[in-house]
Amino acid sequence: MEFENPSCQLLSKIATNEQHGENSPYFDGWKAYDNDPYHPTQNPNGVIQMGLAENPLSFDLVEEWIRKHPSASICTSEGLQKFRDIAIFQDYHGLTEFRNAVARFLGKVRGGRVTFDPARIVLAGGATGASELITFCLADPGDAFLVPTPYYPAFDRDLKWRTGVQLIPVICESSNNFKITKEALEEAFENAKKSSIKVKGVIIANPSNPLGTTVERETQITLVNFINEKQIHLVCDEIYSATIFSRPNFSSIAEIIEEVECNRDLIHIIYSLSKDMGFPGFRVGIVYSYNDAVVNCGRKMSSFGLVSSQTQHFLASMLSDDEFIDHFLKTSSMRLAKRHQTFTSGLEEVEIKCLNSNAGLFCWMDLRPLLKEPTFEAEMVLWRLIIHNVKLNVSPGFSFHCVEPGWFRVCFANMDDETLEIALKRIRIFIQATEKKSDVTAKKRKQW
Amino acid sequence: MEMLSKKATCKSHGQDSSYFLGWQEYEKNPFNEDRNPLGIIQMGLAENQLSFDLLESWLARNPDATMFGSNGGSIFKELALFQDYHGLQTFKTELVEFMAEIRRNKVRFDPQKLVLTAGATSANETLMFCLAEPGEAFLIPTPYYPGFDRDLKWRTGVKIVPIHCSSLNGFRITKAALDEAYDEALKLNLRVKGVFITNPSNPLGTTMNQDEFNHVISFAVSKNIHIVSDEIYAGTVFDSSKFTSIIEAIMDRNLEKTDIWSRIHVVSSLSKDLGLPGFRIGMIYSNNETLIAAATKMSSFGLVSSQTQYLLSKLLGDKKFTRHYIQENQRRLKKRQQVLVSGLQSYGIPCLKSNAGLFCWVDMRNLLSSNAFEAEMELWKKILYEVGLNISPGSSCHCTEPGWFRVCFANMSQETLNLSIHRLQAFVTSNGDGNYQNQKLSTRISRRNSLVVS
Repeated sequence: MEFENPSCQLLSKIATNEQHGENSPYFDGWKAYDNDPYHPTQNPNGVIQMGLAENPLSFDLVEEWIRKHPSASICTSEGLQKFRDIAIFQDYHGLTEFRNAVARFLGKVRGGRVTFDPARIVLAGGATGASELITFCLADPGDAFLVPTPYYPAFDRDLKWRTGVQLIPVICESSNNFKITKEALEEAFENAKKSSIKVKGVIIANPSNPLGTTVERETQITLVNFINEKQIHLVCDEIYSATIFSRPNFSSIAEIIEEVECNRDLIHIIYSLSKDMGFPGFRVGIVYSYNDAVVNCGRKMSSFGLVSSQTQHFLASMLSDDEFIDHFLKTSSMRLAKRHQTFTSGLEEVEIKCLNSNAGLFCWMDLRPLLKEPTFEAEMVLWRLIIHNVKLNVSPGFSFHCVEPGWFRVCFANMDDETLEIALKRIRIFIQATEKKSDVTAKKRKQW
Repeated sequence: MEMLSKKATCKSHGQDSSYFLGWQEYEKNPFNEDRNPLGIIQMGLAENQLSFDLLESWLARNPDATMFGSNGGSIFKELALFQDYHGLQTFKTELVEFMAEIRRNKVRFDPQKLVLTAGATSANETLMFCLAEPGEAFLIPTPYYPGFDRDLKWRTGVKIVPIHCSSLNGFRITKAALDEAYDEALKLNLRVKGVFITNPSNPLGTTMNQDEFNHVISFAVSKNIHIVSDEIYAGTVFDSSKFTSIIEAIMDRNLEKTDIWSRIHVVSSLSKDLGLPGFRIGMIYSNNETLIAAATKMSSFGLVSSQTQYLLSKLLGDKKFTRHYIQENQRRLKKRQQVLVSGLQSYGIPCLKSNAGLFCWVDMRNLLSSNAFEAEMELWKKILYEVGLNISPGSSCHCTEPGWFRVCFANMSQETLNLSIHRLQAFVTSNGDGNYQNQKLSTRISRRNSLVVS
């Protein structure tokens, strides 16, 4: 029997479906920015990018370090003798000195309260690669992970697209500051069970993207007890762990499991240097698992997205420099705090509130008062207004699967001070104009 | 309930195969000229260590390749933030020119049709995700690179059906073998999505000839399936005029304006040509826009470090250097290959006639105690543990005939290569008696003369 092969089936379903999510409206804002990017002199009326969670605030420190440490590069005369060994090195265990440096760094970020074993570090192609990798290790196609809303939009691509795994939302609400509750977890789990979907685990981001809050100790204990009781996995994405800028302090899952009894084979951490250090271009993703079988399997899978040995060597040097890292972490935190303060107080001036946050590179802005009605259609209308009229690319809550319309994620770290001021000015003008308009409308109504 | 996924607990990663076990043994007892002169010599690693000096001297002359240019300026910030999956344009532009140069400029490549991936490993897997559903199949000529079992099948669920090639005609792909493989797939109820060729071949070290192209292309046209051509060894061809890329082959047959054009996909990498496997630079090239769009998005799971893209954009941008490098590298590889081939031949071990690659496909059938894979394993273990050489047995490459081994020659110094030949010589001499093939040795050597290098 011959199979037919019509040209429409030339490529796979994965290649031709929309599961990569890049045609979602979330990216419309980015397209608007790409078509009309703000520039202080060349395009002062362009769209300001506030949808990109990047952290270049402390690059000056890194540049200075690079200048003082030419041997960290295999291209300089000081570092050249290492060139061939590094160029040849493709062992998926990663450079020993790199893993050691990353383990050390992870411990530092957690204030030395917990240590990490370099042997449990698995490399991956950025956090994107790490998220997909851990999913491939833990779940089969059709299985599900529970994920608290609102969550990072690209989880839909990273965790589902090629893996065939499903995501089931754990609903979190503004009434309790979007805290993850046991009830919400149980409800999500039961819903899955009713639909005969096998839940393999829970995935959380701590600190949260888009909320910018650290997950409280009590909540993490609840989570650990929950997954331990159900014997399902807990994956903690801690990529923003060094972006904490105010209390409460960050508690890593690594610390929680020292206090709470649980099956450690169920605990896994995703990490990256893209946010904490501001190096998304270097594609440093890490999976840290307490499960030996996952480390073993994950390591083999990391062949599909190893970190360039040139980059491993360079970063091993930098991350091992205790004095520099201590200084960097402290300074970065201070600068983020200042930015956050400038931005949120600027918003307060026009009575825009943000969720109280202590981490991240963004604010979770509450624009519900500006919605014509509490619907996602109204949120979409408001969002398009902000992009096209106010000329700010901000990210609407629906793209983060938020269940309540009117919330927006706004990034504040990926620009200089002047640009932030301009963004705030534009927001002020917009709010004042909106208020004026509603005053006029109110007056008109009064007249009627 | 199963704690981990099926992928995590199955053996599809293929790493329990002898190919990888040999590596493990090597790691336990690695040869070192000074520190461990009796250790195992690694001849199972297809790496190109012959031309590092050329790269190093280029770097010494070109401080601009660091993130701080010689004028003190820094593009560190731009690189650190650059994560666009379209890749650094300057790098892609230089890369396609380098690829064209290796192909004697018979083919020109468009950087917009190139997707960067974390090594060829990632490129191959990504292509499978894009071209086939789980359970569908690709036909692959044997013997083939053991890593394909992991790269093409493991997480994708795609199946491999072998196209059996035989030593009787130098392991060339025949029409009959293609048809037989296709029929086998049908019997197994597998839908065939394409043919996957490696050209130059790993482990054979040969380049595809025009007959083979005729067979493969006609086959793919008639079955309406894809051709994936892994050309990662293109820069290791000793004599460039003998290498034809699949794209050139299609153009030579005037098929650019036909359907098949959008079903041709090339994989390449800088791991073999430039000897930079650590930098994880791989690529997919295709005229199929939908494929390129999908593969570009998928490359998010394994992008090339921006730092590395920048370095290579500078290196490859120096055309005088790249031309010299390509020529000199080929010259050195050819010389090395000849040392190994003549060394083995001198005590009756022939190699398949080859003109590319970092290895030889060595015929040790006359050393087998019987014409069986058990005997091949027995011989392999002897060579690993007694002779102290890690070479790759043909069975790990899915060869259908026992007794062939892939032996790498470019990942060590000249002295180490000489030592390995000497060790093997000692082994062959001492094992001369009692092998069943010994009596027929002279007959077989003369029959094989047409296929092997003397």
